[in-house]
Amino acid sequence: MSETAIPWMVKPHPVTGIPNGKFGIWLFLASEVMLFGALFSSYVLIRTAAPHWPPGTDQLSSEILNVPLGTFNTAVLITSSITMVLAWASCKMGNLSRFKMWMGATVLLAVVFLVVKYFEYADKFHHDHFPSHDNFFAIYFVLTGLHGLHIVGGIIVNTYLLTAGSKMWNTDPEHFTNRVENAGLYWHFVDLVWIFLFPSLYLL
Amino acid sequence: MSVEHHSHGNGHGHSQEGHGHHELSFWRKYVFSVDHKVIGIQYGVTALVFLFFGFTLMMLMRWQLAYPGQPLPVIGKLLGETAMPGGVMAPEFYNQLGAMHGTIMVFLGVVPLAVGGFGNFVVPLQIGAPDMAFPRLNMASYWVFLPGCILMILSFLAPGGAAQSGWTSYPPLSDIAPTGQTLWLLSMVLIITSSLLGSINFIVTIVQLRAKGLSYWRLPFFVHAQLVTAFLLLLAFPPLEAASLLQLMDRVAGTSFFLPSGLVISGEQLKVAGGGNPLLWQHLFWFLAHPEVYVLILPAMGIVAEVIANNTRKPIWGYRLLVYSVVFLGFMSFVVWAHHMFMTGMGTTMSTFFQTTTMIISIPSVVILTCFIMSLYGGNIRFTAPMLFATAFLPMFAIGGLTGLPLGLTASDIYLHDTFYVIGHFHYVVAPGTLFALFAGVYYWYPKATGKRMNEALGKVHFWLSFVCMQFIFMPMFFQGMAGLSRRLYDPTVYAHGRGVQALNVVISLGAWGLGLSQIPFIVNFFMSLKSGVRVAENPWNATTLEWAAPSPPGHGNFLTEPVVYREPYEYSVPGKATDYSPQFQAEG
Amino acid sequence: MTEQAHAHSQSPEEFKKHLGKYYVVFVALLCLTAITVAVSYLRLNRPLAIAVALVIASVKAGLVAAVFMHLIDEKKVIYAVLILTALFFALVLGLPSLTTFEHHAGMPGT
Repeated sequence: MSETAIPWMVKPHPVTGIPNGKFGIWLFLASEVMLFGALFSSYVLIRTAAPHWPPGTDQLSSEILNVPLGTFNTAVLITSSITMVLAWASCKMGNLSRFKMWMGATVLLAVVFLVVKYFEYADKFHHDHFPSHDNFFAIYFVLTGLHGLHIVGGIIVNTYLLTAGSKMWNTDPEHFTNRVENAGLYWHFVDLVWIFLFPSLYLL
Repeated sequence: MSVEHHSHGNGHGHSQEGHGHHELSFWRKYVFSVDHKVIGIQYGVTALVFLFFGFTLMMLMRWQLAYPGQPLPVIGKLLGETAMPGGVMAPEFYNQLGAMHGTIMVFLGVVPLAVGGFGNFVVPLQIGAPDMAFPRLNMASYWVFLPGCILMILSFLAPGGAAQSGWTSYPPLSDIAPTGQTLWLLSMVLIITSSLLGSINFIVTIVQLRAKGLSYWRLPFFVHAQLVTAFLLLLAFPPLEAASLLQLMDRVAGTSFFLPSGLVISGEQLKVAGGGNPLLWQHLFWFLAHPEVYVLILPAMGIVAEVIANNTRKPIWGYRLLVYSVVFLGFMSFVVWAHHMFMTGMGTTMSTFFQTTTMIISIPSVVILTCFIMSLYGGNIRFTAPMLFATAFLPMFAIGGLTGLPLGLTASDIYLHDTFYVIGHFHYVVAPGTLFALFAGVYYWYPKATGKRMNEALGKVHFWLSFVCMQFIFMPMFFQGMAGLSRRLYDPTVYAHGRGVQALNVVISLGAWGLGLSQIPFIVNFFMSLKSGVRVAENPWNATTLEWAAPSPPGHGNFLTEPVVYREPYEYSVPGKATDYSPQFQAEG
Repeated sequence: MTEQAHAHSQSPEEFKKHLGKYYVVFVALLCLTAITVAVSYLRLNRPLAIAVALVIASVKAGLVAAVFMHLIDEKKVIYAVLILTALFFALVLGLPSLTTFEHHAGMPGT
């Protein structure tokens, strides 16, 4: 008894026009929208109730958080999105080595993002600004922390596709390309969340 | 059991070399299986175990409620001096039992059985698919779920005991509760994750993997119900996952997401930053928990439809109306949640908004119930064990639904909120409601899953005993609630109005213990039939839906030949036909 | 017909022609990032600052979604899921605050 062949795993379904995996990843992203939506809702509720924001200090968010670093990280993620697209495009154009180059760049940029965040967090902790300090830091650490965990997840998936996973290129390149595309959808979503996080936390 | 199947035009995506007939190891076949039937049974059996465990917690609570402050003979000593000092239930333990009973019944019992169990087993069969769209994801779902369950149960051993702030875990109390609450939160994160992965699987499967000829309007109602349920789980659970994360941060990292400034506990000001809002938790919790109750009822309605059609030998009355209603119900379930929060100081405008949506949502429920009742009219009814349960569902759901109305109206809710009336209301819907439908499902699909019939006589005994006990348990609760008796109250007799209805507590408790005993015929039947039940072929109920085309039990890949659907799902007693049923999968003639 | 449908039967050279839009969006995203940071230095009043920042973020997100995520070419079933999600997202974002701050919003009976 071997694994059963599931229809429409690779080819698009004749009516919906998409393969199963793409549908699945979009549904997953829908749930992620609700997850981050709930956290943004929490941010709104807590912030609008606070007499002033950030609470317990005269400083502005942009003075507490490092805007240049945040801007740099935003650029890093945006760049990683284009490298991800180019990785997928390389697959579509049948070029595995190009794919590996662009996917490698994506993973590298993701790591850079995390390194910058590490320095940001370390600096905060050095000044005794832990999540318990006040709700500004609580929100900051939870939102960027959860986002950071999603970056880690993306790094794991992308690294897999770059290494062991890329073996599938030899037996079923179309299936592999779909996987890269789906991983890309996830990765762009992570970028998308940061696009809202950055101004909400750092600038406003 | 080797299976032939045509590929549906896809490339052979699996890296498996063709369909070799190499045997899987015991572990791959029965433990880490990717077969939806195995996973469905895993979920189903796990859920049934937790249903009985969660019920046992309630049977313990009922002792304290019936005989407050009295030592519990025998069992009292077994539970240890912390939980039951001198055999008398400690208030903290009572609270643990309450919180864990609710949590376990909802998240470890009913939903895993209804969705993980029946959904997984039946849906791919009913749509003519070889398996779920993502079999390995399906396996992962179960193996994330089970550790969540184990962690939840282990929390009883934590210092200070298990979660004890209600299944609703309201802060500030839950923020400062003992360690068990942290374990509750971690378990919920695992269980929610499992549920999200599962819901993705269900939606993709139902949309993409239907057999040839199976348009949406030919789907069994059970599948429509599961599809809507999957969307509820997909979109409503994440806010609770977010909230759980925030509460974990409050408890473990000292944040104040839910802790307001200046909170004083036991005479001391809490040393936190403050600035948080306990109502934030309530919003995020109920944003899930209201759709969750529709997750509890929708699969049950699906099962009732299948069993009623089959046992009345008639098509379901108002099939299209049912489908529109269940979709509308699912949608509306997202906009009613704050009717659980009428007493939190919301202004009249928002209260009115939620009251209005709540009244509106009762309409599709009534439509669905009416369609089911109409389905009985003029039927050639066979009162088999599943049919008894499915028929009883109807008046029970009616009582549960009707008693929800005074709760959904803000004015009456002021009085009834957090009383035993609420407990009576939701238990009528979930216990003789959903649970009965789930029992119907077990009796109905057991032959498909095992190849054996369950014993009819034992099934009828199980039904009648359970039905009678349910009334003794939950009907008196309405009167207790109307007398003002609060829920989650360790000793009702501290209040005069509690003492006034204390006699009912004895009746209820006897009913509860009776209900426990009434499950014995079911448990005996379940295992006995596995060993020595009457063997059945593919379609012992003479049913019309696709699952009855597969062998009993189905092999890997489910169907011996690729199923094709030729007609609507409930073509029973079609005039001019030789038999009183025309299966979906049978070609003309 | 969508780009995706074409893509299955396209040659690498043909596909390359479609890459241009990704580079354009990339540059646009960087520019919009610079703009949003620059605007923050203007220290606009709170409601205006929020509005501007969210509008710019939405445009950036829209570009990522439409172009990088191919949403502009996507099938109806995906749109349906996303519209449903957007609706519930708006609910979870908006209603809790609305219930808590009714008196700020000047609603009667609060």
